[in-house]
Amino acid sequence: MSDNVSVAIKEKVAHLLNRRVGPYNSWNPVSRTQVWQWCTAMGDNNPLYLDDEYRQDTEFDDVTAPPTMMQMWSMRDAQGNYAPGSTDKNPYELLSVLEDNGYAGIMAVSYDQTFHRYLQEGERVHHYTTLVNMTDLKTTGMGKGFFVTEFAEFLTEDEEKFAEAVITYFQYETPKKQPGAKKPGSDIQKITRVHPVENYDNAHFWQGLRDGKLLIQKCDSCATLRHPPQPMCSECQSLNWSTIEASGKGSIYTYTVMHYPEIPPFDYPNAIALIELEEGVRIATQLTDIKPNDIKIGMDVEMVLTEVQDDMTLPLFGPIGSASAAKKKQEQQS
Amino acid sequence: MSISRKTAIVGIGATEFSKDSGRTEMQLACEAVKAALDDAGLKGSDIDGMATFSMDNSWENEVLRQVGGKELKFFSRTEFGGGAACGPFVHAATAISSGLCETVVIYRALNERSGLRFGSGQLFNNNPMDPNIINFSHYFPYGFMTPAAWIAFSARRYMHEFGATSEDFGRVAVSMRDFAATNPKAFFYQRPITLEEHQASRMIADPLRLYDCCQESDGAVAFVVTSAERAKDLANTPALIASARQSIVKDSRMMTPFYGESISGIPEFDACAGEIYSMAGLSPDDIDMACLYDHFSPWVLPQLEAFGFCDRGEAKDFVKDGHISRGGKLPVNTHGGQLGEAYIHGMNGIAEAVRQIRGTSVNQAGDVNRVLITAGAGVPTGAAILEKA
Repeated sequence: MSDNVSVAIKEKVAHLLNRRVGPYNSWNPVSRTQVWQWCTAMGDNNPLYLDDEYRQDTEFDDVTAPPTMMQMWSMRDAQGNYAPGSTDKNPYELLSVLEDNGYAGIMAVSYDQTFHRYLQEGERVHHYTTLVNMTDLKTTGMGKGFFVTEFAEFLTEDEEKFAEAVITYFQYETPKKQPGAKKPGSDIQKITRVHPVENYDNAHFWQGLRDGKLLIQKCDSCATLRHPPQPMCSECQSLNWSTIEASGKGSIYTYTVMHYPEIPPFDYPNAIALIELEEGVRIATQLTDIKPNDIKIGMDVEMVLTEVQDDMTLPLFGPIGSASAAKKKQEQQS
Repeated sequence: MSISRKTAIVGIGATEFSKDSGRTEMQLACEAVKAALDDAGLKGSDIDGMATFSMDNSWENEVLRQVGGKELKFFSRTEFGGGAACGPFVHAATAISSGLCETVVIYRALNERSGLRFGSGQLFNNNPMDPNIINFSHYFPYGFMTPAAWIAFSARRYMHEFGATSEDFGRVAVSMRDFAATNPKAFFYQRPITLEEHQASRMIADPLRLYDCCQESDGAVAFVVTSAERAKDLANTPALIASARQSIVKDSRMMTPFYGESISGIPEFDACAGEIYSMAGLSPDDIDMACLYDHFSPWVLPQLEAFGFCDRGEAKDFVKDGHISRGGKLPVNTHGGQLGEAYIHGMNGIAEAVRQIRGTSVNQAGDVNRVLITAGAGVPTGAAILEKA
């Protein structure tokens, strides 16, 4: 049966193979701005591209574009439009036909690039593309589908080929939707804060927060307080300990405001402080209800025990008054 | 029995430093070890000991087999990230001078940029047996999860207690980038920065700006350490290990030393500096240059203080007066440091110390006889003095 499907579809698209489509023109000439944007986004620091001084010792006089930018110059804009003067033919009509016949999944399989020469600032380029091959129906780990190979030619204004590429796609049959099936993306897990890892030594601390208390370890033998939790007292080596509930009052010993990298799910800037609790131990935490510029070493703060997500309560700290404000807000909501 | 001057670094080797090595850490390790052996004029079969970082992913047996080795009598690892940069030399010197073995290869290979980036906030797993995770559990839930942010706590205290400013940190970065600019091996070769550019660079974790932070790099560095006796028969000028020590103090933590009486200094270096000098019979005045661990520029300052080049809180003036810069009385990180050359967990700095002693650095600081080297700050760490034989 596969053979029949294969034959039928191949007949349908035969006229779309080996058809050179183009030109697809460039929106802009090769420019320093775009080269810089690319290099900074890709982390490509090759001095050949933008370092005018470096280039004096090379054969290149002007800003030189990274070869891998080849495809970028004549690609569609963000609205999907090709530059003026481009053909209005759809280069990927064959892929659309496959899609309409149930082969809607697409995966890039390989992308072999050949670069013939560097582009220099001011050059205008265009490209042509030809779908050169389509296999019979194949069965892979992704399902059944066709391998389609595209040959792209990248040309300068005087039709000099500066780069070419052979790209292979696998266009495959996607599973039929079941009634009541999940919406696409609905099984993507929401990024949440990482959970502390609990063990015999520290579980009391995290359980305390779930119970609405900030607990500090206290040595049963010499009464020394300690945080973060550890099993043995540093002062007297006793293994016996209990906890006291912290008042939640303290002052900022030091702080930082995190700007980069922005790691989900946190909001940035993210103000973090080391709080000296009035009981005498320090605890690192997030600040709340305060502008970064208002944070000062030595300022008094108080705990705002906060359910930061469904399964996590943390002892955030804010300026005096934050705790009662948070409480009032909570009462209004309930 | 002292280990002082009983052993020497006789070979150094490295791969190129990059943002994407395109090969495994294992290959990088083998390449660097082979280069270090070649540099020493030795063969794989001459190795009978190895030392590296606990964090290194390349096992000793695998490296040994590939570099033509036959047997190891001694191998050791050192914990605590970049704090491990001096430990392997302590171990090698101890093992060799006690007769356990004769020739130790030390290596560190990492794809820190193309692989797991330490600054990405991804250093977490759910293994309750992992001491890193038990420690980090008190910080990650708040988003307090990058080395720059952890270091910022101390940098902020240092500013508060001694009146230092972001510009004082910036001068460290400017100096390192100046050295890197004339080091073709450096990532920032020919790319110096000005203090104005430092001040204009974006905030990463206040008060740390982009140019206060080291790079993230792929690469490997390796060394050959052997007895001072055997070193005499080899081609290179030996870099004697005049002193070397590891250091953990009561308040040491893994990247989060927030609970000691003072957090503006580096208590591990305060604790070991005296012995680093006395073991070698030297004083700060005898040191010609230094390769100090510079993951973040603010923590170069308290290192200068701990090792007695200036008084507590005065490193900002020492730096401002140009003493750590090109032509200064104590040039620091003439290869460009981890801020300018590459982040190979401090090992590229130790290689530079050896080149300075040999007189082969691209930024040679005159006739260098003695170099102070340090491992990571903010973690259990170590230090050493290398000396021209």
